[in-house]
Amino acid sequence: MQQGVSWEYLVGHANYWLFVLLMMTGLYIVVARGNFVKKVIGLNMFQSAVIMLYISMGKVAGGTAPIFPIHGEIDPATVYTNPLPHVLMLTAIVVGIATTSLALALIVRIREEYGTIEEQGIWEAEQEIAARERRQYGEVFGEGSQ
Amino acid sequence: MSGEAASGALAGHGAEAAQAAGKAAEQAPGLMDHLPALVVLVPFLAAPLVVLLGARRLAWPVTFAAALFSLAAALALLSQVLGGAAISYHIGGWAPPLGIEYRIDAANAFVMVIVSAIAVAILPYARASIAAEIPARQHVLFHALFLLALAGLLGVSATGDAFNLFVFLEISSLSTYVLVAMGAYRDKRALTTAFNYLLMGTTGATFFVIGIGFLYMSTGTLNMADLAQLIAQQPGNRTIHAGFAFILVGMGLKVAMYPLHLWLPGAYSYAPSAVSAFLAATATKVAVYVMLRFLFSVFGPAYPFEASALGLVVLPLALLAMFAASFIAIFQVNFKKMLAYSSIAQVGYMLLGIAMLSQTALSGAIVHLFNHAITKATLFMVIGAYVLRAGGAFYRDIEGIGRVMPLTSAAGVIGGLSLIGVPGTAGFVSKWLLVQGALEKGWWWLALLVVASSLLAVVYVWKGIEVAYLRSPRDDVDRREAPLAMLVPIWVMAIATIWFGLSAEWTVGAARTAAEALMHGASEIVISGGVGR
Repeated sequence: MQQGVSWEYLVGHANYWLFVLLMMTGLYIVVARGNFVKKVIGLNMFQSAVIMLYISMGKVAGGTAPIFPIHGEIDPATVYTNPLPHVLMLTAIVVGIATTSLALALIVRIREEYGTIEEQGIWEAEQEIAARERRQYGEVFGEGSQ
Repeated sequence: MSGEAASGALAGHGAEAAQAAGKAAEQAPGLMDHLPALVVLVPFLAAPLVVLLGARRLAWPVTFAAALFSLAAALALLSQVLGGAAISYHIGGWAPPLGIEYRIDAANAFVMVIVSAIAVAILPYARASIAAEIPARQHVLFHALFLLALAGLLGVSATGDAFNLFVFLEISSLSTYVLVAMGAYRDKRALTTAFNYLLMGTTGATFFVIGIGFLYMSTGTLNMADLAQLIAQQPGNRTIHAGFAFILVGMGLKVAMYPLHLWLPGAYSYAPSAVSAFLAATATKVAVYVMLRFLFSVFGPAYPFEASALGLVVLPLALLAMFAASFIAIFQVNFKKMLAYSSIAQVGYMLLGIAMLSQTALSGAIVHLFNHAITKATLFMVIGAYVLRAGGAFYRDIEGIGRVMPLTSAAGVIGGLSLIGVPGTAGFVSKWLLVQGALEKGWWWLALLVVASSLLAVVYVWKGIEVAYLRSPRDDVDRREAPLAMLVPIWVMAIATIWFGLSAEWTVGAARTAAEALMHGASEIVISGGVGR
């Protein structure tokens, strides 16, 4: 299993390194950025990284595009790449588009209600609502739970 | 010829379907053979139908009919597989592992019955509830989204293909995000909650896909039964280990496993009441089922990496959930939010049953899936009725409501008792099985912890009872009982809570068969479907 880290190993897995980089970047943006649109962009990068992972694993060394010749005679010597991951990623792209459009629609509504799409501002607004609720409803049990 | 009969049966559902079933029963393949697909397809196709019809008066009957059909189909499927067999349905006649397979065994038939039964019970209630909480122009879309969420959840349960599962998971999740956001007409925080839920849910689903990718990379298949065989052959494969971890974390997010639960309290408390009831009773339960399916059928308890992952990660987290979430629940001032935290604690019990890796504990987890679904459905529906009459779910709003709305509150008390696990209610049966499972292993400390955490439930349930019964009602509340359309579903669920607490043979029997099917596979496999052949 352990074959040591050689130059070939590093270069041969270039697209996987890129997958790791892209995935971590995307996830980091989702967590660290305060702007909701930027969060959605990060989420998109995260999802795109997965597409890269699947497409990479579908590649067969020396394989050609998985399209059968038009006359229908398949040469058994021809190596084809695996088309299944490509098909799966078509579905994943559709899911990604649906998620992104829904997220953007939600951001529009959030902007309408809160007047901002920055996490900090929304957090402050919600803290204010929560504090008001505590003042109004908190003292049900004796001295209250502030 | 037989193909024609099948497609005819596919096209005509509803009233004609019943007749078609009678006629087609003799010929194969008839309607009955296509049930595994129809149970998902009918609500799925009814969703665009509701939007195309566009009329508010038609939306509810179509939705209800589709949900009713799914329930009937799920019950029919469950009766077929309770003997221990499994149905393998080949979509479009493409044989697995290349084609997509729907595989119905006792475990997922049971989950499908839960999901569709809850949908059928909640829809009459939702009609009255959303009229007060969602503007009229959104009602048609609400029903369409409800159907999509239902179809997605049923699809997740039915499918035997790992990637297909992801697609259905996202169908149900995306519609759920919108349903949660519809709470914005009462509280604008529903929007930010839905957005956060979307971020976390999508992250979870993407983790899941990465995990599936790793499994595909090392096995070359996406069919779960096939995956199970191929994974067993390579126990030391590091790629599969990574895939296992990604799947566990991804589904952990969807399940609301304790430190990954942050989306849940907001989503449940700001969503419209009917949506909270539906989500609390179904969405996390289906995610738990997926976890079960992967942990027990695909990887299998013998998989060397699994026992340590469950024992060292899931078990402590489940215990943490049981205590920490119950503790947080005690200090809430909002009844709905209290129930949301209690849900996280209850998911902890299910994960505990899973992590114990024994058949008794696993049946306990599956029974708890069912019992908690009906218990939480009761309680969230009770809160929806309070919101309708008292205008809010804060303890302040519902002071003395036990005297104003005696029938609704009595059902709430039954739900609360079941949440604690008082003998005679459904919650007792599952906790009993969990305790039994712990004792079987000789882990008496775990049994004690289960009982101790139930005491925390006593505290938060008692707080609700105290506010509802021992205070004098406020003057400005609407002094009427909930409308009949709400009372009937609430009491159906409350009676079910008692019924399944007193006569537990059916649920425990079904759960044992399901646990058996998950741990050891089906005794025989019946192949059905194949429209193209």
